[in-house]
Amino acid sequence: MSERLLLNSTSVPRLPRHAKLRFDRARDCWIINAPERVFELDAIAGEVIQLVDGTRTLAILVDELATKYNQAPRADIERDVTAMLQNLADKGFVIA
Amino acid sequence: MIDQADAPANAQTECAAATGTSDSRNRLIPYAVLCELTHRCPLQCPYCSNPVELERASREIDTDAWKSVLSQAVDMGILQAHFSGGEPTVRKDLEEMVEHASKAGLYTNLITSGVLLTPARLDRLRDAGLDHVQVSFQDTESENADRIAGFRGHAKKQEAARMVRAADLPLTVNAVMHRQNLHHLEDMIAMAVELDAERLEVAQVQYYGWALKNRQAFLPTRDQLDEATRIVEEARVRLKGILAIDYVVPDYYARRPKSCMGGWGRQFLNITPAGKVLPCHAAESLDFLEFENVTERPLAWIWEHSSAFNRFRGTDWMPEPCRSCDRREIDWGGCRCQAFALTGDPDTTDPACEFAPQRHVLEMPIGEAGGEIPEFVYRRIGNG
Ligand code: SF4
Ligand code: SF4
Repeated sequence: MSERLLLNSTSVPRLPRHAKLRFDRARDCWIINAPERVFELDAIAGEVIQLVDGTRTLAILVDELATKYNQAPRADIERDVTAMLQNLADKGFVIA
Repeated sequence: MIDQADAPANAQTECAAATGTSDSRNRLIPYAVLCELTHRCPLQCPYCSNPVELERASREIDTDAWKSVLSQAVDMGILQAHFSGGEPTVRKDLEEMVEHASKAGLYTNLITSGVLLTPARLDRLRDAGLDHVQVSFQDTESENADRIAGFRGHAKKQEAARMVRAADLPLTVNAVMHRQNLHHLEDMIAMAVELDAERLEVAQVQYYGWALKNRQAFLPTRDQLDEATRIVEEARVRLKGILAIDYVVPDYYARRPKSCMGGWGRQFLNITPAGKVLPCHAAESLDFLEFENVTERPLAWIWEHSSAFNRFRGTDWMPEPCRSCDRREIDWGGCRCQAFALTGDPDTTDPACEFAPQRHVLEMPIGEAGGEIPEFVYRRIGNG
C-alpha cells in the first residue's frame, strides 16, 4: 500500500487478507475479525458487507441494495454505503 | 478488542474499552484466547511481560491439550486465537495447532520475534490457515535493538518481516517504545511502511514483572512523550489508508487508567505454557490468586466460575472512588496488577488514575525519569 484508497462508483471493494468476515452465532451478528480487533456489524452493515466480495463495483452493489430496499432513494443508499465502506477502507478493512 | 469505539489496542496488555457482549443467558462471551505456547525464547527483553518465574519446557502442555483448548474456545463463542510465548515458533507443533484453530473457525494470529522464521515454515503456517503475523522490534538501529533484546536479532527480524510479506501474509510491526528508543519513533514508522506492514503498534512498557525491575531504564520523560504523541498524530494523518498506527500513552503520564484487557474476565483468556488459565498475561503477579488448569477443568467452567476470574470481575469488588465513578464500566478501575505492584493493595484504584488515593506512588518514578540510566536486568530463567 502506498496511497490512500478513495472509493468511487467504479471501485470493486473487497476485504483484505487479514480481515475475515463471518456470521457469529453466539453474538447473532456479522463480524469482521482483524488483528487485535473485532468489528461487530449491525444488521444493515452486515447486509452491505456480504456484497463486498471483489466481484461487484460499488455502483452494482448499490443497485442491488436499492432493488432490495426499494422504499429508500438510491442516492441515499449510495451516500450511506460509500461512507460506510470508505470508513472501513481508511482503517484498512476494505481494499479495492 | 472490539473496535466500534475505535480505541487503540495494545498487544502487550490491553485493549479497547468495551463492556463485552453477553449471550441469551446473560453470560459474558469472551473474544479472544491468548495461547502462550512456551516461555522458551532466544531473546531476553528486559520488559518481557512473562512472569518473573518462567515455566520450564518440561512443564509445557502437549499438542492435544492445546487442541482441546482451541475447540472449547470455539464452543464458548471465542473468535480469535493469538499464539505467543516466549517465542511460539520454538514449538514444532505450531502448524498443527494453527491448522486446528483455523479449521474450527478461529481467526489466527502469530505474535513472534521472527528470529527463528524461515520461508518454508511461513509457507506451512500460511497453508495451515494462519491469518496474520506480528513481528516485534526493539529499535530501528541494530546495535541498540540487539542490546535491548540481549540478542543479535535485529537484521534477522527485518528479514523475517519481509518473508512474512513474501508469503503473502498480513504484517503488523510491534514496537515497544521507551526512553532508550523513543527518539527513533519516526524511523520506526518509516521502517513499518518500508516493510509493507499494514499496522504498527506502538506499545509502551507496562511496569510489572521484568519491566518493573527495569523501570528507571525505560520510563520516558514527559517531554519525550509529548514529542512522540506529536509524531504519531502527524503520521496518522499522513499515512491514512496506508499504515494504521495504534498508540498507547504510558500509564504513568495519563490522567485516567487504561481499561485493562477490556475489564477483568470480560473479553480475554490467557493460557500459560503449563495450562493455567489467567484473566490477563500478568495476572500471576497477583500471587494470592489461584488459577485453574485446562488439564483439570473445562475452559467454560474456568471462565464462568473460577475464583480468579470472578475476583475482580464487574464492579462489586471496587473501592471508592471507583465504585461511584461514572467511568467504572469504561476503565474498570484500571489494572489490578499495576495497583498491586505499586501499592501492595490489589483492591485499590490503579494509581494511574488521578483520583486514586495512592496516586502519589507515581511521583518518585516520574521525578527520577530522565536521570541516570541503570543497567538492564535481562529476562532469563534464574534472573528473577
Ligand atoms: S476513579 Fe476508578 S473508575 Fe473512576 S476513572 Fe479512576 S480508576 Fe476509573
Ligand atoms: S490489570 Fe493486571 S490482569 Fe489486567 S491486564 Fe492489566 S496487568 Fe493484566
